[in-house]
This record gives sequence, structure tokens and C-alpha cells, in this order.
Amino acid sequence: MSRTIHLKCGFDIRINGDADKSLMASIEKSRTYAVKPMDFYGVQPKLQVAQGDYVKAGAPLFYSKQDSRIVFTSPVSGTILDICRGENRVIEEIRITPTETIDYEQFSVSPIQGMTMQQVKTLLLQSGLWACIRQRPYHTIANPDDMPKMIVISAFDTAPLAADYDFIAHRQGKYFQAGLDAVNKLTTGKIHLNVHTTRTFSDIFLYAKGVDINTFSGPHPSGNVGVQIHHINPINKGEVVWFINPQDVITMGKLFLEGIMDATKIVALAGSEVKRTGYHKILSGACIGPLIHNNLKDDSNPRFISGNVLTGTRISEEGYLGFYDHLVSVIPEGNKPEFMGWVAPGFDKFSFWRTFFSWITGDKQYVLDTNYHGENRALIFTEQYERVLPMDILPGHLIKACIAGDVEAMEALGIYEVAAEDFALCEYIDPSKTEIQSIIQQGMDLIKQEML
Amino acid sequence: MLKSYLNKIKPYFQKGGRLHALKSTFEAFESFLYVPDHVTQKGAHIRDAIDCKRSMIMVVIALLPALFFGMWNVGYQHYLSFDTTVGFWDTFFYGFMQVSPILVVSYVVGLTIEFTVAQLRGHQVNEGFLVTGLLIPLICPPDIPLWMVACATAFAVVIGKEVFGGTGMNVWNPALLARAFLFFAYPSQMSGDKIWIAYKSDAFSGATPLSEIANDQVFDATMLNDMFYGYIPGCIGETSKLAIIIGAVILLWTGIASFRIMFSTIIGGLLMGFIFNIFGGSNAYMQISPYQHLLMGGFLFGAVFMATDPVTAAQTRNGKYIYGLLIGMIAVLIRVLNPAYLEGMMLAILLMNTFAPLIDYCFVEQNKKRRLKRASNSTPETI
Repeated sequence: MSRTIHLKCGFDIRINGDADKSLMASIEKSRTYAVKPMDFYGVQPKLQVAQGDYVKAGAPLFYSKQDSRIVFTSPVSGTILDICRGENRVIEEIRITPTETIDYEQFSVSPIQGMTMQQVKTLLLQSGLWACIRQRPYHTIANPDDMPKMIVISAFDTAPLAADYDFIAHRQGKYFQAGLDAVNKLTTGKIHLNVHTTRTFSDIFLYAKGVDINTFSGPHPSGNVGVQIHHINPINKGEVVWFINPQDVITMGKLFLEGIMDATKIVALAGSEVKRTGYHKILSGACIGPLIHNNLKDDSNPRFISGNVLTGTRISEEGYLGFYDHLVSVIPEGNKPEFMGWVAPGFDKFSFWRTFFSWITGDKQYVLDTNYHGENRALIFTEQYERVLPMDILPGHLIKACIAGDVEAMEALGIYEVAAEDFALCEYIDPSKTEIQSIIQQGMDLIKQEML
Repeated sequence: MLKSYLNKIKPYFQKGGRLHALKSTFEAFESFLYVPDHVTQKGAHIRDAIDCKRSMIMVVIALLPALFFGMWNVGYQHYLSFDTTVGFWDTFFYGFMQVSPILVVSYVVGLTIEFTVAQLRGHQVNEGFLVTGLLIPLICPPDIPLWMVACATAFAVVIGKEVFGGTGMNVWNPALLARAFLFFAYPSQMSGDKIWIAYKSDAFSGATPLSEIANDQVFDATMLNDMFYGYIPGCIGETSKLAIIIGAVILLWTGIASFRIMFSTIIGGLLMGFIFNIFGGSNAYMQISPYQHLLMGGFLFGAVFMATDPVTAAQTRNGKYIYGLLIGMIAVLIRVLNPAYLEGMMLAILLMNTFAPLIDYCFVEQNKKRRLKRASNSTPETI
């Protein structure tokens, strides 16, 4: 059964610097790679390697203390250069110096059709690709023992500057379908592949087999799995839904067809501070240095973000691409004060609200910087969050329940259906500059603790 | 240059500085002059260009037509009572001289309290009073003694807002609380026919259409135009419906005020007027046509600028409809059935401010129940 779901609420941020739809010629290879345990929210890492060890691509680096079956593997073959620790000796990065040619760990594979659920799970767990499968509620890595009521794959991303999965999947249809076949073994429920009316045109997605295809329309956050799940079959207390990114499905497909964990990703480089935007074929965990070297606008004071500008992680110029990210955004820092900015007509100020005259500029794209554009205030306005959250959820009340730490109210108001990323737009448009994403994250942490 | 001066004196106000006690004051002025250079540290890396200052200033802009017309009308009514006509600017100037002291007193008293409290608590100064400080003069009669304005403003800011924790935490609309304070503390100066025109000649009636109709005088239909454009006696900002509608358009277009509340308040007023038409018998007040209620007194001003205050209104979408509808209905109800309280709008909004959390509670519970019901009905998907 396929459905079309029209979403009206939401907002597309017209930020300048969309990635040019072209695959860039091969650039200088990254000289170091890193796996960042902090990318995996809630995982306590237990190291399996030490400095100087040699690892193959697909060999384990560490595992989760909560579940030792979930291992995290190296994207590349090479020697462990360094294990960087931060405050309280938290492991921040495991850095690897790559070998000239990649030496893959071989996994034994058989035709997917003949595999059992357990075999598929075992292979995914061994190869480290289990980490690609995440769950709602809590937005964490899925528990291999759960039986999800469905698995959701969103074939489009509506976030600002997001990578185009049509472009990424191009010529990888074989792997994508193989990945879907493998994923199909993981649940007795359905696999939902969600496409967008004006963003998805690739036959790879539109004619994928063995899945339910749902068509969505509307602005961001219609690409968020949380929103999609809410409209397909919402999560109730005690239920679990898994979701996977389409690019990771392709990686899984390669694993099941070729027996190697090939961490190659096509990653978009976007943002107003980049000279030549476009797509790069790099390995997961690569250093972004080579992408931006000689590729930044003059006199720019950029901020590098692994992921999109709403939910991404700030990284340094020589930082590493996050495990779940398919996009590097480079936007200007906004550390300049503005004289009487709050009273200016604001033809050049992009806003969700029509208090600035920028509403007359039509579809113009704006260079948006990291300035707060104001100061933190009490929650004053109401109803605006509903306008960017296309779910039957009362965002204002849920946020307040999270602030108050009222577990029962959070549960009743639908905390299981949301993740911090669904509230990113609420945070963006908020005139009171409330840190809504961290509030929701704290709420989820609290309820997870209570449920143990 | 200004910025470098600010940077130069900033250390005095920081911790350990000589003037640390005035930190909030300094920050308020600094952020008034410059949007701060703070950059995002966590969460979304980009933020909307709007902030509370910008949204509050939009409300102030929306109030300006009513303010300027009010100033002109104060002069116009004054000269009209003496049966003299003077030029436009003279008329405006007279009104300006009458109204601006009230404005100054309201802002000075209110902001002094705001700054003091922010200082004592170590908070930042909130922008909320920018609006409240303008609303208070607009709902006062033109020749109100200034000491009354000062008392009412102080009452509204301290009891109406600061005791609850400042802007965003208050239960009742502070400006209306100031008006209610005036109404109940100084009833003789706040009602009757004498107060609505500044220094009027004694011979002139000076009654507002609202009080005329309340005294069972037959409604003069030729007044309708005057009532719409605002050439009538009344509170400073409430007379011109045209100016209020301009303000409403600004508020709705910018997305600052809730269409749901404005719309349903007006519907509520019309509905109640209509009910009186049907069941009201021969009473003249009950027989006036419903839309005339909108043109009289502060109904429209209240619907556009007071009922829509997001802090004190209902917060759920459907709750806003109920909230507005009840305000409209109760306002007309009080007006018609209780001649002692000519202006029902003020009491209706304050009453519904009180009940807004209850309305929200019902709709929040409904949302929760929907979720529970869904959980019990859900069947696992199978292939």
C-alpha cells in the first residue's frame, strides 16, 4: 500500500550555497581518518585497539559497553595514529593513518535470499554497519534484539543545503536494492521508502522492490524520519521503529554483494563560503581539509559543520566528517555587532516572520551567518512552533514538560515520537532564542533513564 | 566610534568592576544600540533574524496609527466642545501636548521598575514593557491626572508582572490590569461624561456613544461613520477603528498576533449582539445591530491589541478560538446587562486571561487522550 501525504507546515530556509550537482574530480586523499565515538549518542566505547596497531578496513576499533555485539569498525586500513581524549578522558577521536591501497577485511557472504534474519544481523554487527540502523524512540543505535514494527528509509533530505540522494544513488541502484533486500530480512513488519513529490525522480527509489513507497510533499522537516513515521504509523509507548539513511543502505548492499565494508560515501560540500560547491567521493571519517583547501572565499571567517546547519556538529578546519553525515556545510561566523539591527527595515535579513522587509524579495537566497540575532528570553510567543512542526504534537507544552522534567507529561505529549532534529526548525524560528534541541534531548535522556 | 566607547566602558560593569551593580542597565543599553555579536554555540548553527525586540517593536509600530490619530482626536474633541475649529497641526499639537506627558510618565515609571527589578535579580531587561508602556496611555481617558497613570503603571508592572517573574510569566495582561486598577481605585474619575474630552467646555455633553446608548438614548445612526473613523470622545487610542484595523493588518501580516484570537473575538461579539437582538425585547441597547458593538468603546482595540497578547492568551490552537469567542461574548454581555461597567471588554479579557490555562488544559488533555487511544487501537503491521 502506497500513500501520498501532503504536509503543509514547515519552512524551507533559503540559504545560499546549495551544492552544485556535479561529482568533483578526485582530490588529494585525506592523510588521516577518524572515528568519533561521540557521533554515536549514548554509546560508551570500549576500545579494542591501541596506538600503533594495524587495522583492516572493516576491522573493529571499539564496541559498545552496553551491548558488546555492537562493534564500530575502521573505514580504512592503516595504523592507529592516536587516540584523542577530552575532558574526563572521554574518547573523542580514534585517528588512523591510511595505507596506500585499502586492505579490506573479508566477510563471507551468500545470496541474500537464502539468508536468515539472524545471519543478516550477524553480518551487519560484525562489519560495523549495525551502527547505521537507528531507532525511534530516543534516536539511538537500534537494539539487535528488538523487533521493529517497521523500518523507514527517507530517500530525500529537506534540511538546508542537504545532499541530494537522487544524485548520490546514481548508478548504485544494484547496491541499493541489495541493501533493501537485506534490510527486509530484519523485520516481519514493512519497509517504508519515502520519496518526495518534487525532490525524488530517481527510478532507483521510485521503482525499488520489496518496499512500500510513500510520497510526501511539503517543506522541511518533511524529510525527517520522525515526521514521516508520525504520518505513516505513529510510535506508541513500547513500540520501536528503525530507520536507515539511503546511502548506508547502499553500503550495506555492497557488503552483502561483495563481502567488504566499503565506507565510500558521496558527500556534498555546500555553503556560501565555499568557492566550488559540489559532491565528493570520500571515505567515511575523512578529514575535510582536502575538500576545502584552496576552496574558500577570500577574507572569509568560516564555520565548518559536519552535517546541516540546523543539526550538524561544529568541526575544525582539519576536522573529520561525522559517521551519520553526508554533508559538509561552510557558513560565515556572525561575530559582528549590528547597529540598531532590531529597528532596521531589514531587506537583507532572512526570516520566517514577515517583520523584516525581506518578504518582498521572493525566492532570493541569503547568506546566513551564525549570529544569534538577539538574546535569550522567556518563552513569550505561542503557536509559532506548530507552524514548522507538521505533527499532531503540542510542541510548546512538550518543551515545557521537558524543562520541568515531568516524565508523565512528556510521555503523554508524545516524547517517543520526536527527536531533537524534529525541533531544529522550532529552535531556528524562535524569537526567544531558546535552545530547544538540547531541551528535547535532555527530555529524551531523562525518559530513557526512567525506563531502564 | 560609539561601539569603541561602549567597549571602553564595558569593563566597569563586568564582575569586579566599579559599576557592576548596574550590569543589567548597561547590557540593556548596549543591546539596544547593537544587536550583540553572540554566535551560536550549540543546537542550530543559524538562527532567525527575529528577536523579542524586533517583535515587540512591530507591535509598537502597529499601535502608532492609533496613537497619532488619538493625539489628533484629543485636540479635535477639545476644540469641538468649544465649537471652534483650528488647523490640523494646531489640533494635533494640542493633543500631542495632552498625550505625551501620559506617555512619558507611563514609560518612565514602568521602565524604572523594570530596570530596578532586572538589576536586583541579575536578569537582563526584557522588552515586554515597550508595548505595555504604550498600551497604558492609549486606554486612558485624555485628561487623566498623571499621578494616577504613575500609580496604575506601577501596580501593573509590580503586581501584574514582576511578582510572577517578568515578561512571559504573567497571568493577566499588564496594561489591562493598569486600566482595571484605575477603574476600581478611582471610579469617579474613570467614568461619567466629563472625562473623555480633555478640558472640555462645560456646556458640551461629551458622552461617548457607548454611554449614550447605555442611558437608553436612541442610537443615532448617523454616528456610525464618526465611530468608524474615530471622531468621537473616548480613550486616547480606542476611538478610530480605521487606525486599529491598520494596526491589525500589520500584526497579522508580520505573524506577530494570532488571527484565530482576533477573528473569534469579533465573531463572539457579533454572536452575542445577535442573541440580544433576538431575545432582547424592546430595550434599545439590546436592539442595536451586532456590528455596532464592534464600533463602540474599546471592543476592537481590545480584540486586536489586548486579547492577542500571547503570554496571557490561550496557547493551543483550538483553545484560541474558544478563548476569543468567549471574550467577545462576555464583553458584549457585560456591556449590555450591567450598565455600571460600561466597558465590558476590559473585564472580559481579564476574566478569560484567568481561564486561558483551563481552556488549554482541556485541549492538551484531548491531545493526550488521542495518543492513548491510538496506542490501544494500534495493530502491528504485517506484510
